Amino acid sequence: MAAVDGVSFEVARGEIVGIIGPNGAGKTTLLNCISGMHRLDGGDIRWQGASIAGMPPHRVARLGIGRTFQIVRPFGSMTVLENAAVGALFGRADARRGPKEAFALADEVLGLVGLKSKANHPVSSLTIPDRKRLEVARAVATRPHLLLLDEVMAGLNNVEIDEALEMVRTVHATGVTVLLIEHVMRVIIGVCRRAIVLDGGHVLAQGEPEVVLRDERVIQAYLGERYAKRIKP
Amino acid sequence: MQKESSPEPLLEVRGLTAGFDAGPVLFGIDLDVAHAELVALVGANGAGKSTLLGVLSGLVRAGAGSITLAGEEVTNARPEVLVRKGIAHVPQGRRLFGTMSVEKNLLLGAYLRRDGEVRDDMARVLEHFPALKNKLSREAGTLSGGEQQMVAIGRGLMARPKVLMVDELSLGLAPKIVDHLIDVVREINSDGTALILVEQDVLVALDAANRAYVLENGRVVLSGPAAEVRDDPGVRKAYLGL
Repeated sequence: MAAVDGVSFEVARGEIVGIIGPNGAGKTTLLNCISGMHRLDGGDIRWQGASIAGMPPHRVARLGIGRTFQIVRPFGSMTVLENAAVGALFGRADARRGPKEAFALADEVLGLVGLKSKANHPVSSLTIPDRKRLEVARAVATRPHLLLLDEVMAGLNNVEIDEALEMVRTVHATGVTVLLIEHVMRVIIGVCRRAIVLDGGHVLAQGEPEVVLRDERVIQAYLGERYAKRIKP
Repeated sequence: MQKESSPEPLLEVRGLTAGFDAGPVLFGIDLDVAHAELVALVGANGAGKSTLLGVLSGLVRAGAGSITLAGEEVTNARPEVLVRKGIAHVPQGRRLFGTMSVEKNLLLGAYLRRDGEVRDDMARVLEHFPALKNKLSREAGTLSGGEQQMVAIGRGLMARPKVLMVDELSLGLAPKIVDHLIDVVREINSDGTALILVEQDVLVALDAANRAYVLENGRVVLSGPAAEVRDDPGVRKAYLGL
């Protein structure tokens, strides 16, 4: 069975693009294909003009594509700063650095995501929103040109989401292009200039969020009538 | 219509204090759930909502205070005793047995039951979630997030609870699925099961509930009819982001 089937889209430098769609539509599989975690059966993925299809995850990361995971797996016995430093040590090849610089970069990144005051805390003491921040910090510390975020705002309330949106804007402002998956329309409307809707492995619609979220097919497949009425794009 | 608490609440929590090695989390919680009531529990991450559910289901020890269920004190009873007495917990993140079939996951909810009506309840669960009917033999881990949440709620129902507690129903689910699941939760509620709904999508929870409690730093800072809580200026600012 194909989880992602004949999907084509482009992301331009400097964009923030959202991917939405029903559970099981293929959103995470798509990110897995881009980041090299999932083998392609067909098609191609091109990064800055060259194919990266079939490349293993660590090489994709070295090219400057960072990602987060839905289920966060921090190193439990390490501090927040040490976790972020791991990203800095194994990230983009042309931004590689030694341990000392890696810690300096990790420190800087914790500032970007709002975790600086907890740098020396054990990760076990972090709340869920802070764990999500750390997951983003680890990915940002790889110095990505493109950052793939997989539901980093799940489980946050609206006010916590607004804080996390500020974090995404801050990272984006440092020159990082962002491709993110979310089910929370406050996020899509809040930061994305473009949204891609996946359904059953296919692109159902794409375009500006205000337009896409009013698309009758998107309401039928994904939002539902009641939710569509609640949101005000 | 908002229901008033009946004089004899089904679940009565008084002065509940609890915590972990790292320190106390809950400070003197008072909470009531009436028969067939739907109560929402809202608050920021870290406010103590999941810990409170943990104490109610016997997973976290209460340091002080009391929990009374249908007139009987059950404070610090063991989890399996509480399930038998009628408290079922649908945990955050579903926590299904991923490599076991959907059917076995559901039957596990009835593990402690010795009555002959388990199959009837299975039929009732499938009436609530017809999407699961032709997936009973599938491994639970292969289902979509929405279907997994159906199994998790179904597993809770299989214990035939008096109070069903659902932690983060909407987590990671598409909006349309969340609305559908909320409809089913209301159905379950109107069949006579009381519900406690912990939810980050505060609007969804307050729209569904009869009454609501707002937790901040381990304390109840506001409670009342859900519509009043929704219109509270502090709640609108702190949780709804309006």
